[in-house]
Amino acid sequence: MLLRHTKKASEAVDRKALTINPAKTCQPVGAMYAALGVHGCLPHSHGSQGCCSYHRSVLTRHYKDPIMASTSSFTEGSSVFGGQANLLTSLSNIFSIYEPDIVAIHSTCLSETIGDDLKQISEKALADGKIPEGKFVVQAATPSYVGSHVTGYANMVTAFVDKFAFKTDEKRRQVNLISGWVEPSDMTELKRIMKVMKVPYVLLPDTSDVVNTPLTGKFKMYPTGGTTIAQMASMGDSIGTIGTGAFCTKDAAIALENKCKVPFKITDVPVGLRATDRFIQAVAKMAKVSVPDEITKERGVLVDAIADMQQYFHNKKVAVYGDPDTITPLVEFLLDLGMKPTAIVSGTPGKAFMKNMETILSEKCPEAKYLNGPTADMYRMHTWIKENPVDLIIGNTYGKYIARDENIPFVRFGFPIIDRIGHSYFPTVGYMGTLRLVEKILNALMDYQDANCPEEKFELVM
Amino acid sequence: MRKIAIYGKGGIGKSTTTQNTVAGLAEMGKNVMVVGCDPKADSTRLLLGGLAQKTVLDTLREEGEDVELDDVIKVGYGGTRNVESGGPEPGVGCAGRGIITSINLLEQLGAWDPEFALDYTFYDVLGDVVCGGFAMPIRDGKAEEIYIVVSGEMMAMYAANNICKGIQKYAQSGTVRLGGLICNSRKVDNEREMIEQLAKQLGTQMIHFVPRDNMVQQAEINRKTVIDFKPEHPQADEYRTLARAIDSNEMFVIPNPLEIDELEKLLIEFGIAN
Repeated sequence: MLLRHTKKASEAVDRKALTINPAKTCQPVGAMYAALGVHGCLPHSHGSQGCCSYHRSVLTRHYKDPIMASTSSFTEGSSVFGGQANLLTSLSNIFSIYEPDIVAIHSTCLSETIGDDLKQISEKALADGKIPEGKFVVQAATPSYVGSHVTGYANMVTAFVDKFAFKTDEKRRQVNLISGWVEPSDMTELKRIMKVMKVPYVLLPDTSDVVNTPLTGKFKMYPTGGTTIAQMASMGDSIGTIGTGAFCTKDAAIALENKCKVPFKITDVPVGLRATDRFIQAVAKMAKVSVPDEITKERGVLVDAIADMQQYFHNKKVAVYGDPDTITPLVEFLLDLGMKPTAIVSGTPGKAFMKNMETILSEKCPEAKYLNGPTADMYRMHTWIKENPVDLIIGNTYGKYIARDENIPFVRFGFPIIDRIGHSYFPTVGYMGTLRLVEKILNALMDYQDANCPEEKFELVM
Repeated sequence: MRKIAIYGKGGIGKSTTTQNTVAGLAEMGKNVMVVGCDPKADSTRLLLGGLAQKTVLDTLREEGEDVELDDVIKVGYGGTRNVESGGPEPGVGCAGRGIITSINLLEQLGAWDPEFALDYTFYDVLGDVVCGGFAMPIRDGKAEEIYIVVSGEMMAMYAANNICKGIQKYAQSGTVRLGGLICNSRKVDNEREMIEQLAKQLGTQMIHFVPRDNMVQQAEINRKTVIDFKPEHPQADEYRTLARAIDSNEMFVIPNPLEIDELEKLLIEFGIAN
């Protein structure tokens, strides 16, 4: 037993402060990931080296691709005198050695606490001629003691919009698609959907072909993918903005509306049937196009698969954890499948999560336990599972301890997945992505059944 | 060696009082080291005759960690050893961390080695203990005696009471104790009685009442302590008395900070309300 100290919820101590096995990670991880979704951009960590190393390694473990980022390499002196000198030197070195188009600076707990002002330092760098002509620096404040990796992602995406989007007199018949935190494969799928719907778009950020690149035998510091500066600039002239996932994209959508008067609509990350419906509707409505037959067909295929396998989903209890923008539509979809999401946690704070969960769950699964914020950790979810066992766990790699101890089928979904591959290549958004999710859930449940059922119940045809 | 920290509200006269008292102790033949823990680095000016001193942190920044003790410690009036922590410019960096770094570095360099035969170390700390860094001198048994410079003005008493809260916190787990209040008079009505009463309620003593005298300012303009500048002046005797009182002090307590309404009541009973 790996987690032998976990107790049933009814016997566990009620906690006010302690977090045990958090269901979240650092803000800069999100800021770094978002920055990688911009073409020719080097994420820069303003803090000690260890922060940068950790954040890079989290991303590398998940994507199995090298993650490039630089650091201000704070020393004790920088902590006392402020990190300005280090950042100025960093920028000189970065632009002369690594030649990115953009340096996306994010702060760390240390630089935030000593009060370094990234904007002021960036302005000084510009005034001192340390930023070459045609090169850019953006900055986002990302202290990890506030929010989570989701907050860092949102802050960095907002910084890009603030810096690069401009309104000109030219109207563009295109839709801004600000994506919540999804896999590069999901970004590719979102772009495919936009193409099938014949809607011109700008996707920000776009990590496809950045963190899931082919092996060519040649190292490219800045892979081919990522939203370009020209694309970001054009966002100010778009018809409108669709943000998928309020936690990750709402701030950026608001910033764009404030700066360029581009109206926005926030939908869920299109995971599951209804969330994808809403996403497709939002795109169709904003771009004034009708939904093409190809999309309708994909939807039909998904519905067919669900109907065929309904008996395997019915009343199965599920524990779900992860980021609010993705697990909210996932929980909704699990209910649509006839499953019972009875234990749900997210380490990312924000009152909207609890409200959304209540709306989704109160009628269809009133027994569900859900919580987000600092004490909504893996331990809490485990105590709930001990109290009320589940048939399936869905979440990132960290759930494997609980899955093993409790002998529960486990589907990997979310961030990080550091012990399996697939997420970089095969999407879980849109109808086709959802179909893959359906397949994964079924495989987990049916493999478990095949391995554990009594011989007389062992079925050839399922 | 006795290790003493001087705290008090900003502008109350901590540095002036410390240096004048240290001059008194030096005159008595004591070996004293003064560690200025204020980013402004003005805690040793009177002992060094205005000599602009290179701070520990400046040296650290310029020379890396290969700092020599002689680079940062300057010998001043009466053989006193003087060192300034220094710190970042206002508005940047982290001055609190600077004090931690600086004191750690001084320890590493052997500033307190037996060869110096120090009788006293004085830590002169920035007025408002705004973060953990400024409490460094009272952590881990660094300073063991604290004297709070106070006057009869409300905010000075308020600050003194707040500092007592900090002392109480560290005293429970360590050796730091309050040695007394030093009243640096602002000529407030009933000042002596009020501070005596405050001291009593805190569970300590008013170790000395330093009257207000322009001689202190005159000496300061000449970059000297009063004892150095006008040894025969009565104000010099006041500091000598204070130095002797500290030297012979045996009353070290864990203070009982007052509630705000108690403090206000004290002011009403003794203060300007009368």
